[in-house]
Amino acid sequence: MQVRGLVKSFGALRVLDDVSLTVDAGETVCILGPSGSGKSTLLRCINLLETPQSGEIYLRGERVGFREEGPNGQVRMSEREMAHIRTRIGMVFQQFNLWPHLTALGNITVTPIRILKRPKHEVEAEALALLEKVGLVDKRNEYPIRLSGGQQQRVAIARALAMRPEVLLFDEPTSSLDPELVGEVLSVIRGLADEGRTMAVVTHELAFAREAADHVVFMDAGKVVETGLPDEFFGSPKTSRARQFLERYR
Amino acid sequence: MIDHFARALTQWPLFMTGLLNTIWLCASTAVVSLILAMFLAIPLMSHSLAVRTVARLFVDSVRSVPFLLLAFMAYYCLPAVGVKLSSWTAALITLLVYNTAYFAEILRGAWSHLPPQQEEGGRAFGFTGVRLLLYIIGPQLFIAAGPVLGNQLIQVIKDSAFLMVITIPELTFKANQIQSILFVPFETFIIAGCLYWMLCNSVEWLVRRLELVAQTRRAR
Repeated sequence: MQVRGLVKSFGALRVLDDVSLTVDAGETVCILGPSGSGKSTLLRCINLLETPQSGEIYLRGERVGFREEGPNGQVRMSEREMAHIRTRIGMVFQQFNLWPHLTALGNITVTPIRILKRPKHEVEAEALALLEKVGLVDKRNEYPIRLSGGQQQRVAIARALAMRPEVLLFDEPTSSLDPELVGEVLSVIRGLADEGRTMAVVTHELAFAREAADHVVFMDAGKVVETGLPDEFFGSPKTSRARQFLERYR
Repeated sequence: MIDHFARALTQWPLFMTGLLNTIWLCASTAVVSLILAMFLAIPLMSHSLAVRTVARLFVDSVRSVPFLLLAFMAYYCLPAVGVKLSSWTAALITLLVYNTAYFAEILRGAWSHLPPQQEEGGRAFGFTGVRLLLYIIGPQLFIAAGPVLGNQLIQVIKDSAFLMVITIPELTFKANQIQSILFVPFETFIIAGCLYWMLCNSVEWLVRRLELVAQTRRAR
């Protein structure tokens, strides 16, 4: 997955300023940075939930969000086309966003059945295997209201995996969890990184980023300030802004 | 007085005919209006001011006309402009139009309180259009608005009594017919009142049962 020169403004506020990013297949990229640095907006642009003013996004070399048409024109994809692209991208939200009217199992199976039109029995078997993997198979018939935050987020991860996505996006997956619940979610994400899934993880968990990431991207004020291998970035950051950021979090 | 009740009750087949007519009119109104209301809620929530205004104008106009007057309009005014309807068709159209507007407004209210992350979550997974409505948003609206929809359903039952004026043989019409045959108005109308009471309480009971289920399926 590749992002080139993304610019996104809300009114006068430039939230993303010429952001470029590459996540190679099988790679985990952790996106770090202070609040308001544009990390979440970046993920929302990749998932086509926001329309950037300029810039390009490629998924497996294929342009998404816009279609090139004519010599100089580019046309925004139709809702239907964008919906199709979104099924190829798994999203895990900060606030989980499970659908409260569906059970844990229902949350995982509804999209593969209704959108991907895959056979129900096959989807359910796979969903149970995913619940097993996130350690919640005994909660399959519970509604989200009966699950803890950590459990909800693990179901949300299983829901994203059930799409068999080409890339997984995590938007601060542990930021709204009680501290004692963070570990269970991070260990699931860590497991996915070790499996060689293609993932972009926006996080404030620096220890996690250092262990799990193949690359670290540091953003500040809408710009990518520094990228590097985790050991280099955490060991000897090249920019002063990254140094300041790391000192504040230690 | 007891024998007056006994006399009125000799006409129980008429009571039953009236009750059954009331039930099927209201039940079909509930089902069809709720479906129509779901689709009317979409323009009510539209981002386009023009679309929203048109939908709002319709909903507000219908809601500010008394039900009885709307029934008169369907029965007497439409033929004047060349649309001839049977009394049953006029009655059903009145019930549907009137309650679709009410149900749509209730669903819109529920929709505006639905966290935007729910719709966005649906979109993020590739849901759009009808499927977004059917599988993600719609069920949550009905769960959120259940008790209010139940109240409106009871209102439908009571409003349906007005349809006697356009000759629909529903429960109030039949009760009136019975008292004019037997000359025991007090007892006849008490019986009809009890039948309405039982019908409305059954709906109330059903709504409460559904509410218990709904409570486990809400975000909070």
